[in-house]
Amino acid sequence: MIENRPMATFVSHTVLILGVALIVFPIWVMVVAASHDALRLTQVPLPLLPGNQFWINLKLLFSGKGFSAPIHLTLLNSLAMALMISVGKIVISIISAFAIVYFKFRFRMFFFWMIFLTLMLPVEVRILPTYEVIANFGMLDTYAGLSIPLIASATATFMFRQTFMTIPDELMEASRIDGASPMRFFFDVVIPMSRTNIAALFVILFIFGWNQYLWPLLVTTDPDMYTVVMSIKQMLESGESEPMWHLIMMTALVAMLPPILVVIFMQKIFVKGLTDSEK
Amino acid sequence: MHKRVHYNTSYLPYLLVAPQITITLLFFIWPAVQALYQSFLLEDAFGLSTEFVWFDNFAELYDSENYLNSFTRTAFFSVSVAALSMGFALFFAALADRVIKGSHTYRTLLIIPYAVAPVLAGTLWLFLFNPTLGIVPYFLDIVSINWNHKLNSGQAMSLVIIAAAWKQVSYNFLFFVAAMHSIPKSLIEAAAIDGAGPLHRFRTIIFPLISPTTFFLLVVNIIYAFFDTFGIIHAITSGGPGNSTEILVYKVFNDGFVGLDLGGSAAQSVILMFIVILLTVVQFKYVERKVEY
Repeated sequence: MIENRPMATFVSHTVLILGVALIVFPIWVMVVAASHDALRLTQVPLPLLPGNQFWINLKLLFSGKGFSAPIHLTLLNSLAMALMISVGKIVISIISAFAIVYFKFRFRMFFFWMIFLTLMLPVEVRILPTYEVIANFGMLDTYAGLSIPLIASATATFMFRQTFMTIPDELMEASRIDGASPMRFFFDVVIPMSRTNIAALFVILFIFGWNQYLWPLLVTTDPDMYTVVMSIKQMLESGESEPMWHLIMMTALVAMLPPILVVIFMQKIFVKGLTDSEK
Repeated sequence: MHKRVHYNTSYLPYLLVAPQITITLLFFIWPAVQALYQSFLLEDAFGLSTEFVWFDNFAELYDSENYLNSFTRTAFFSVSVAALSMGFALFFAALADRVIKGSHTYRTLLIIPYAVAPVLAGTLWLFLFNPTLGIVPYFLDIVSINWNHKLNSGQAMSLVIIAAAWKQVSYNFLFFVAAMHSIPKSLIEAAAIDGAGPLHRFRTIIFPLISPTTFFLLVVNIIYAFFDTFGIIHAITSGGPGNSTEILVYKVFNDGFVGLDLGGSAAQSVILMFIVILLTVVQFKYVERKVEY
């Protein structure tokens, strides 16, 4: 703080609290709705304070009655997809960045530009032809089909390249003089020195993977392969009857909890990784 | 770009880049080439015959009022999302920069929307603004505003803009806070000693100094609004009422998977690809310049 202005500080806090309340309001309403029964959620005005049905709704959701896909299965599918995407992206990016930074080989720049090009082809742009490729490989309704087309990532490769550039050359020379092979150097020096970047990237990519919607919507037709995020849309389209809001909101809560917890508990690493990666 | 010293093994680097290059070729380059190829084809509705029609699909898009409307709609949508979201985030960041106590709590709460999937964000806002049940229409009714985004296209557009901007506030907030944090304290102190108040300092020092971040965020927000808001629109309006919230990405999906107009959808994909390339080039030009500073 530059100068002491108690009044200005007070106003800042008040406005911030109001602003944060506004941002959190939709989340609050969701939690409240998840704690009431179906009947209460058909009466106007809707409640703004929690009810006592929270555990009952949660139990009902996990009992799986009346759902096309049981929630524990969709949660498992989401977890598998998110982990495959995040771990897969990190692994293939870190080794390709290692090759591009530490080796001299033919077509190095060609490969680099090819990876760069993927930055310009988000899945939303190439959905139809990518869908055809997956269908031709018989990868519809499989974990591989859900995750592999989203795994190649220029951003992660760039970020690792940036990190490797800050590792002193002397370390590599020293390890070479000591007779360590390139892969030995990779595992003993490069990976330990990129630990924080790997962690930050994991948070960002886990959220990216968990929150995928359009792609799982296209490649899964078997309810057993649905992810929890996309199952919400089916619940909203419950035909003629009014949607069952108490269960929809409970599902939404369960579906957004894992990424929220990851972001809150790894906040420091995540914020640093996010704001650094763009520099 | 590259280390001064490097290894000279013959096959190892190829093995290391192989997984990424394979995936890139199979799932990025090949589909992109396919999209390009299909955009020159005309296929009948049953997929029985295809005809090479050169630029007919593009010409058709150019003549289609529906498509051109979708273009202006997308531009309006993305600029509104970017402006709303960045405006809020900048405001919060400027305030959070002032206070010391509690800033961690504010940040923790403000980053929550980042972790919420677009389709879930859409569901939350749909619930809040549900015409028959929602809590917001209930209060709007008291001041005699009749809310029904299922019929009123202006209201539908506002709702998807609000939901999309809400989700992006976190990201913008974090970047603005980081940018303000990197401004040397001595500059601000010198201005304060010269008698400049908080607002004056913000306008003449802080805002100009964070302008590179602002520009960067503008590009990122527009890319976000173009491509990452599919789930929000799918949950809230499905492009309706009429086509009033059908942005370009939604139209590619709708024409390709629902309307089964493969050539038209591929032509739209190709146009979108050019837009991404343009935006990425702008973004990288800017990053390059920043590195020189």
